[in-house]
Amino acid sequence: MSILVGKDTRLIVQGITGREGLFHAMGCRDYGTDVVGGVTPGKGGSTVEGFSVWNSVERARRESGCNATLIFVPPPFAADAIMEAADAGVELIVCITEGIPVQDMVRAKAFLRGRDSRLLGPNCPGLITPGQAKVGIMPGHIHEPGNVGVISRSGTLTYEAVWQLTNEGLGQTTCVGIGGDPIGGTSFIDVLALFAEDEETEAIVLIGEIGGTAEEEAADWIREHLDIPVVGFIAGATAPPGRRMGHAGAIVAGGKGTAAEKKAALAAAGVLVVDSPAEMGARTAAALG
Amino acid sequence: MKIHEFQAKEILRRFGARVPQGKVIEHPGQAAEICRDFGGRSVVKAQIHAGGRGKGGGVKLAGSPEEAERLAGEILGMQLTTHQTGPEGQQVRKVLIEEALDIELELYLGVTLDRAAARPVLMASRSGGMDIEEVAQSDPDAILRELIDPLLGVLPFQCRRIASGLGFEGGTARQIQSTVATVVAAYLETDASLVEINPLMVDSKGDVYALDAKMNFDDNALFRQRDVVELRDVHEENPLEVEASGHGISYIKLDGSIGCMVNGAGLAMATMDIIKLYGAEPANFLDVGGSASQEAVASAFRIILSDPAVEAVLINIFGGIARTDRIARGVVAAIDELAADGTPVGVPVVVRLEGTNVEEGRDVLEGADFDFLVADGMASAAERAVQALESEVAGS
Repeated sequence: MSILVGKDTRLIVQGITGREGLFHAMGCRDYGTDVVGGVTPGKGGSTVEGFSVWNSVERARRESGCNATLIFVPPPFAADAIMEAADAGVELIVCITEGIPVQDMVRAKAFLRGRDSRLLGPNCPGLITPGQAKVGIMPGHIHEPGNVGVISRSGTLTYEAVWQLTNEGLGQTTCVGIGGDPIGGTSFIDVLALFAEDEETEAIVLIGEIGGTAEEEAADWIREHLDIPVVGFIAGATAPPGRRMGHAGAIVAGGKGTAAEKKAALAAAGVLVVDSPAEMGARTAAALG
Repeated sequence: MKIHEFQAKEILRRFGARVPQGKVIEHPGQAAEICRDFGGRSVVKAQIHAGGRGKGGGVKLAGSPEEAERLAGEILGMQLTTHQTGPEGQQVRKVLIEEALDIELELYLGVTLDRAAARPVLMASRSGGMDIEEVAQSDPDAILRELIDPLLGVLPFQCRRIASGLGFEGGTARQIQSTVATVVAAYLETDASLVEINPLMVDSKGDVYALDAKMNFDDNALFRQRDVVELRDVHEENPLEVEASGHGISYIKLDGSIGCMVNGAGLAMATMDIIKLYGAEPANFLDVGGSASQEAVASAFRIILSDPAVEAVLINIFGGIARTDRIARGVVAAIDELAADGTPVGVPVVVRLEGTNVEEGRDVLEGADFDFLVADGMASAAERAVQALESEVAGS
């Protein structure tokens, strides 16, 4: 078992004729993902590296039966790409694009309400179910199938965690990057709830960072609903207040969103919080005995 | 992106808010005449991109044109230190001379993003002139909130609810309603991340003025806000941070002595954290970007080393899509390039590479002319960087 993506995933790539889009479409296909084609407005009817290209997501969905999309569209047009995918009814929308204006995302979020699509990201590495499907930009080879679920707001720090797990002999059910922007589609809680229902997931690694209150909300949910071990790390204990640390969402504002607060909230909910990012894997191994 | 108070007031005035009359000057000699035009009394306000200017001595009331000139002379050029500037302070290059008004009441009005609700939120309170964060801590019920529908903007009934919630009726209430609508429109139309009027002042006649104003903008939206971009004042930013942003590198100067070069923001923060756990302080946050190209690595090196506090460098790269051997070649080439330019790297460099093609990457480092300290794993990288720092200090 796994969550969100697997053998049944039929993926399209929005922005497939761009450099990044094409590179990662091929990377996902090489990993074994069923990439059924892509969308670039104005280039419909052509093919690129063996991928069919359509002018619109609606057309792509009708002709390919895709149920997931991976978005590499540039920031000024990315929110529109998300809404187009939702309008076409694509079940899972994964947006990699970094740098989308906040107000565009506020509108896209409003547009998504009442529709059935799930958005992951933006500004995220995507997600992977090892051995089944890779829908994102992560290096596939560091992952192994197994029983640990990973959720993170970061990209390379997620790879770090996965690499530690794999070296401990712990494979992963699914690794989900929810993204580093102030407004994202899928929250920690959404993913935790999916892992809670997944019989194969026996432990979870949750990687947060400074800014916002998503980790505190996750802590409340974990206390009420989860009885498998959760290992937590929060990046940014040394970040100065009022500064944005690379990610648009990583900022301590008005004394809120500090690493200390988040760690305390998670620890109080029974999460095994590590202070060192080098101990995420070992702590998970210890918890699983 | 941040702008000055006088620029924020100009934007709000354009959207229809009432602001005090004022002029910005860079030489004290102009202050007296402006003060005379305002009836002989004025407020002299330092213009820097930091809050807490009043407490730091950057805002003064002048009772005569002569005093205005003297105060402007004192404030212009001073290093103004506030709780937001850091201990070194910020040099004042501009002062705003404003008409002095009779303050009856001070309110707070602000718009920012409510991340959890994924909508803008308008906040208002009768505790003007105080930090809204303090009010939120001490008396959260004193803050009125209205979530803004992104498709509709602020609605008239919400404006009325704010005005009556603040305890006003009649003409003053109507002015507050219109200010609320103005502030939300300015927030939405300029892609602001924060608009704050603190205080929003009511005078003895019941007229409402934006006595202070602060606006921050969403960096991701600057591509469509050309008027806003023109308001950027690079004097207010750290020169190294300005240079880094020109190379697409995300860099933030900190106070420690271990320079960090990392790919990815989360891993960069985690690297700073682990340096601290091993007993030292990071000199900076630096994200070279996911691909860590040779050009980016070379620029990052230059920027890190131009900070004289840096006594050791820690490079932590998790090669994902980007192959680590290519990144290692980038690091070596950057070091050679710096040596060729006559600015060789003179501090220990600890490198931790992981991910795709890591063996080849380590071979590249070992074959280089430069003596890298190669570590495998974040913990040993941090440990070696701290040790290198200690032996540097012991040796010097």
